[in-house]
Amino acid sequence: MEFPVLSTTLFVPVIGAILIMALPAKKTGAIKNIAAVSTLASLVLSLLVFIAYDRQQGSMQFTEMIPWVQDLGVNYALGVDGISIPLVLLTNLIGFSAVFASWKIEERVREFFSLLLLLITGVMGTFIATDLFIFFLFYEVVVIPIYLLVIMFGSSKRVTKEYAGMKLTIYLLIGSAFLLTGLIALFVKARAITGVPSMDLVHLASLDYPLTFEIMVFAFMAFGFGTLLSMFPFHAWSPDGYAGAPTAVSMIHAGVLKKIGGYGLIRIGLLVLPGGARIIAPVIAVLALGNVVYAAYICLSQKDLKYIVGYSSVSHMGYVLIGIAALNLISINGAIMMMFAHGVMAALFFAMIGNLYEKSHTRNVDDFGGLAHQMPRLAAGFMIAGLASLGLPGMVNFIGEFTIFVGAFSTYKVFTIIAVTGIVLTAVYILRALGYVLFGPRKPEWDHLQDLKGPEMVPLMVLGTAILLGGIFPFTIMDLINSGVGEIIAQIGTLYVGGVL
Amino acid sequence: MLEFSLHNAWLIPLLPLLAFALIGLAMHRWPSVSAMISILSIGISMLLSALVAVLVFSLSPGEIYEASVRWLSMPGLQVNMGMLVDPLAAVMLVVVTGVAFLVQVYSLGYMKGDPGIASYFGYQSLFAASMLGLVLANNFGQIFVFWELVGVCSYFLIGFWFGKYSARDAAIKAFVTNRVGDFGFLLGILFLQIVFGTLNFQELSAAIPGYTNAAVLLPIAVLLFFGPVGKSAQFPLHVWLPDAMEGPTPVSALIHAATMVAAGVYLVARAFFIFNAIPQAMTLIAIVGGLTALFAASIAIAQNDIKRILAYSTLSQLGYMMMALGVGAMTAGVFHLMTHAFFKSLLFLGAGSVIIGMHEEQDIWKMGNIAPKMPVTTWTFIIGALALAGIPPLSGFWSKDEILLGAYASGHTGLYILGVLVAFLTAFYMFRLVFVAFFGKNTAGRDKAHESPAVMTIPLLVLAVAAVLAGLVNSPLMHHVFGHFINAPGAIQPHPNTAIIVFSTLAALSGILLAWLIYQREVIKAEVIKEKFSMAYKVLYNKYYIDEIYGWLGVRLVDGAARVLFWFDIHVINGFVNLTAWFTGKSGETLRYTEDGQVQTYAIYMFAGVVIVLITALCGVFTALA
Repeated sequence: MEFPVLSTTLFVPVIGAILIMALPAKKTGAIKNIAAVSTLASLVLSLLVFIAYDRQQGSMQFTEMIPWVQDLGVNYALGVDGISIPLVLLTNLIGFSAVFASWKIEERVREFFSLLLLLITGVMGTFIATDLFIFFLFYEVVVIPIYLLVIMFGSSKRVTKEYAGMKLTIYLLIGSAFLLTGLIALFVKARAITGVPSMDLVHLASLDYPLTFEIMVFAFMAFGFGTLLSMFPFHAWSPDGYAGAPTAVSMIHAGVLKKIGGYGLIRIGLLVLPGGARIIAPVIAVLALGNVVYAAYICLSQKDLKYIVGYSSVSHMGYVLIGIAALNLISINGAIMMMFAHGVMAALFFAMIGNLYEKSHTRNVDDFGGLAHQMPRLAAGFMIAGLASLGLPGMVNFIGEFTIFVGAFSTYKVFTIIAVTGIVLTAVYILRALGYVLFGPRKPEWDHLQDLKGPEMVPLMVLGTAILLGGIFPFTIMDLINSGVGEIIAQIGTLYVGGVL
Repeated sequence: MLEFSLHNAWLIPLLPLLAFALIGLAMHRWPSVSAMISILSIGISMLLSALVAVLVFSLSPGEIYEASVRWLSMPGLQVNMGMLVDPLAAVMLVVVTGVAFLVQVYSLGYMKGDPGIASYFGYQSLFAASMLGLVLANNFGQIFVFWELVGVCSYFLIGFWFGKYSARDAAIKAFVTNRVGDFGFLLGILFLQIVFGTLNFQELSAAIPGYTNAAVLLPIAVLLFFGPVGKSAQFPLHVWLPDAMEGPTPVSALIHAATMVAAGVYLVARAFFIFNAIPQAMTLIAIVGGLTALFAASIAIAQNDIKRILAYSTLSQLGYMMMALGVGAMTAGVFHLMTHAFFKSLLFLGAGSVIIGMHEEQDIWKMGNIAPKMPVTTWTFIIGALALAGIPPLSGFWSKDEILLGAYASGHTGLYILGVLVAFLTAFYMFRLVFVAFFGKNTAGRDKAHESPAVMTIPLLVLAVAAVLAGLVNSPLMHHVFGHFINAPGAIQPHPNTAIIVFSTLAALSGILLAWLIYQREVIKAEVIKEKFSMAYKVLYNKYYIDEIYGWLGVRLVDGAARVLFWFDIHVINGFVNLTAWFTGKSGETLRYTEDGQVQTYAIYMFAGVVIVLITALCGVFTALA
């Protein structure tokens, strides 16, 4: 048997968590080191998968399968393709960075890091599972650590951390309830068609369902996954949730967890229910405009850095949604690229904000000014995240946005024109916020702040490198994504962009 | 050697890019090493560019060299990173590397002692790399990438002295205003991709003549033109450029006068085949350019800050170039781009020398009588001013004349008259500046001014030579060799017309004469004019209040809407969410009789409520299935 690289990647953090729980609580140094080593191991393994995946051959690779509940056709089945690898890599880039962004935590260290590692495994599992049941299982695993981490380690500003934690959790649960309904319906229907119980995604995707069934189940999925992706108007959890959560949770949540929504829409929604997708896509496209424009406007009125990035994240998810809704190869390629890009960018942003908050105990833009004098490295981190966020070429986010725009434009002309206004609004709120925080005269009250150093530099180095390399050499990631999406598109059978007018 | 330089023209942008990486990653602790790396890289690029130009101009006019590598590709979308070397690109390469090299050398003197020298040269290198990448681009995707990158370099360099509020705000304004233009530019590019399935210039120029659907081409051309309107600071997106003078003066010379702001003109010239296919688009370009030329020149006569006068002059001259392209005189527009790059960077560097010599003074009324103390600066500045005013036989004369000729010959008589008026105003405001600042009665200059070091004056002298001679390449003396190579199908190349030469020269001379009468001889007192036309003066001094109008609109419309939507989000969307939670919680409480106050319990109640809803829905699904 081959070396089970996916299982290893997946469960190294769990092993780390178990080791941490076995340690005495006061050995904080050892706990942090274990967390760092186990996330590093997962990161290295996922990089290996990223490199070793055969792009010519395509389809699911590194597959593993162990039969589990045979009556229900449930298997412990793992595998990755061009759609999931970027997201697995993203999870581990952020997971590793999140450990270092939390390096200064001194209270309940053991609980914090073991929950964080469980969270990372949970998120990763959803991207690796090729069995619906396993997918859902990992999705539920995520909920518990998120809730505990927020209420134990969060911060209260506009809303209390308890409110934020509960809101976040309930929204996750509502989403998952709708998903579960959809999944069960799908399972029952598929068994009725073939007579064989199966939760295998490829099998489920290969069947033809009645159109009304597809529409109804896709609507459930779109609501469940859409809520997770903070689709307008179901986004209310997102800004409050990020604001209340501790840095590492904001990084993981905004960075990868909400991407499960986009991933699910593509992997389960489009692939299994293409007929339903085609009918409901225009609705998603309209709501996506709500994300892009409405949330961007709200960013302009925000003063708390976390709310700015929180609403900004809602806004950027609009690009992903319209990319998915446009249902063509280019737009979906763009949507996946955008999920990766937004993930590294948002995680870097939250890492920088968290670092600043830890030292200054405020996140209000107006309290700062001229911080580039005292903290040039932090300023560089903010600038990289900010410029990536406004879609500057040379940063990976530009690739996502540009590709989405090209793809979406061939399906929805007017909607895309409205969505492109997002690039102007984003520039305004990002540059204003960065300008007010970093530039201007030196303020002596912040002279005591220390610039990033040592472990604090890790998130900036790791995520900054990913942003720049992805932006300068986009083909490294895009070819991979394209190999995965190409197969989906054959299934949905839509137009390619070309001389169509 | 020539062949080598052509096939390796990609080295021209790559060397400054490597310099940027080296400075950013390793050398930022050693300012003088950083400066040397940067200057060395741009120096080699300059030599390579010169070789490329020599080769291109020895081939026959239509020959081009194109090569590219895959960058972002998938079925239906292909964006390459490539290079397209033709005479147009070759001219731009020489202009950009030449001015950038001189400006960087000059910066050694100007920025001496600044704590940020290493990052200054880092940004300079990044800018050079981006600008050269833009010039060499062989497709719209690539040009957009570098278009944005020169924009961000401009943002960094305007805000270089980030401790000043004014620098910070000017940098933001520059980026955001350009983004408005790029919004349209990007949509134009998307349209091209969808309609033609390619972004490559050569492929598009082959496809567009056969494409007859003007209803599609017109919006494409107009949207694409948004980009140049932002980048080349044309009305109504011109507001950022005067504020951009917050950056160090060498930056103003290089980026905000000679090269980056000319990128818009370059783009229109590069994509001339698109615009020229649509007469309405050409008219739009000509009118926007002409209006900007007049409007900015009129503002320049009422400004007092030496850099702002030059900035409005740049706006005006860019408008001139746009007008030339719009009337179809593609050669004239690019020709003026080249001569303007030399004499305007000369003027800005001269202004920088004055500012340093006068200890950071920028108000021309607080200068005066500088000439004796700063002879090199003064006389090179006067050469620049004469070239800008269009006095024969300096470079500006030849190029300005071609523009006026083009406007006249193409039948745009109104624009021709406007152009002559602008020529008059240009000579007037420039020599107002010269007489007041360099020869004024105020003795401040004589008392405290000092000439700048050789590292600054030598670039001035070199640029002065270029400002004198550059026009000859498209003069009868050199058989219009420039126009022979820089041309486009469908562009006009009218024959010289003596009457036009005489008129425009007279307009320029009378502008100088009037400035001399008012500001040197004081036959007419400037104060008297100011009082007599106080309304007009106020409007011009306040730049037609356009910044104020934009500011008001921005606050009312954008920030107002933002606050309203936030209120909506908090009270309506979140209100609904909280109401649902409250309702679910209350129902649970009532059913349970007891109230234990545990947050977790509330969560369970809410979840239970949701589940009930879901089960009902699920039943619906199953009923539908059955």
